[in-house]
Amino acid sequence: MIEVRNLSKSFGNVEVLHDINATFQKGKVNQIIGKSGSGKSVLAKCIVGLHAPTKGEVLYDGKSFYAMDKDEKKLLRQEIGMLFQSNALFDSLTVMENVMFPLKMFATMSQREMMERALFCLKRVKIEGQGKKFPAEISGGMQKRVGIARAIAMKPKYLFVDEPNSGLDPQTSIVIDELIKEITEEYDTTTIVITHDMNSVMGIADEIYFINNKKLWWQGTRPELLKSDNKELQEFIFAGSLMREVQKAMKSE
Amino acid sequence: MSLLFHIGRYFMLLGEVFSKPERLSIYWKRTVEEMDLLGVKSLGIVSLLSLFMGAVITIQTKTNIDSPLIPQYVVGFTVRQSTILEFSPTIISLILAGKVGSTIAAEIGSMRVREQIDALDIMGVNSAGYLILPKIIATALINPFLIIISMFLSIFGGWLAGTASGIISSSNYIQGVQYDFDPYIVTYALIKTVVFAVIIATVSAYQGYYTTGGTREVGISSTKAVVYSDVVILITNYLLTQMLLL
Repeated sequence: MIEVRNLSKSFGNVEVLHDINATFQKGKVNQIIGKSGSGKSVLAKCIVGLHAPTKGEVLYDGKSFYAMDKDEKKLLRQEIGMLFQSNALFDSLTVMENVMFPLKMFATMSQREMMERALFCLKRVKIEGQGKKFPAEISGGMQKRVGIARAIAMKPKYLFVDEPNSGLDPQTSIVIDELIKEITEEYDTTTIVITHDMNSVMGIADEIYFINNKKLWWQGTRPELLKSDNKELQEFIFAGSLMREVQKAMKSE
Repeated sequence: MSLLFHIGRYFMLLGEVFSKPERLSIYWKRTVEEMDLLGVKSLGIVSLLSLFMGAVITIQTKTNIDSPLIPQYVVGFTVRQSTILEFSPTIISLILAGKVGSTIAAEIGSMRVREQIDALDIMGVNSAGYLILPKIIATALINPFLIIISMFLSIFGGWLAGTASGIISSSNYIQGVQYDFDPYIVTYALIKTVVFAVIIATVSAYQGYYTTGGTREVGISSTKAVVYSDVVILITNYLLTQMLLL
């Protein structure tokens, strides 16, 4: 479980997040949604420690991240897996080497065990035949899968996913979403997904957090999302033509 | 941002770089790779420059000392002194700052803008140490060899140009090269080389590590890496010369 308490973040004089309070449950896909530039990625970066918050704290299973010393943070980070929007795969390493990278840095395993674990992760995301290729030689969808395989290599307790569907076709997006959902259940991770893709939200979200105007504007489940009469939330979720059709169908019912 | 801010952040980055590595074997493997990329692959340009620079020093020295009172071997002596004292350690280091420094800044800068450094940090890897330390060790180990090769080739280039054009005899040139040789000047040159190698690696890595933005900013970081490395090398050259030769 991850808790965010009274978190605010400013860059210079510009406040991006104001007094955010949220609890992200274990074993659930927690999706943070919001318009581009609303601060959802900044919130995720504050949670993982890439940005220090101006105020407030982040608790991992009750332990304050920002009160931890360097070694404690290092240990905690070995329990975090993250899939980046850009995938952030290492270009000079093959797919297999990318997945093995965190194992080589931290795991106390033999080379053979590392290979087996990496191969298992690649099989889990259904790209076992691509191990010898370099990231530039595979498609965007496959790169996402490699990113997920690398994120789960160390059997993480916490999984962060930043815009998993950006640049992907609708079918591949669904495959990636389902993979995130399955992995969350399999590893019982606290999963936080940053997205503005409503298809993804309607497909896999267990708990939804809507960031608007620097604040946590709304929080709820999928059924609650569609029934909400929050004006800003309605504007956001029904902005796309597909969701407008859903809205019409709901009204006619 | 102020100069003091950058100096402070530079030394804080160095603190991170020299903190305890996660896996020594991985760092060593990366160091060997960097020695090849940053050192061995620079051998061609260093050799070419050294040969021609030695040749030019010989011709210019000869054409500028017409007096019969000055012995012929002065040409060889001048080539040796200028090569070992200044040309090989300083000018070649400035050239390497262009080649190696821009490579380092571009590589690390690209990793920064493509979130690869964030990925390392989130995994718990000391990104500064993992990326920068092997480059510092590699350049500090390999650059002295490059500079020694440069010294030999420059002196050889001078001999080749002098004897081929007939402006000096081989024996006179060799006599000059051997005349009044103080081995300390080689020590002085190698101390400078190691210091300059560390400057090139750290200043360039600093520029790359703190790149923000996109590909344009990576280009800007590369340019800054070369310019600032050159400036710091020139200032340090003056300070070291005063400390070690006076």
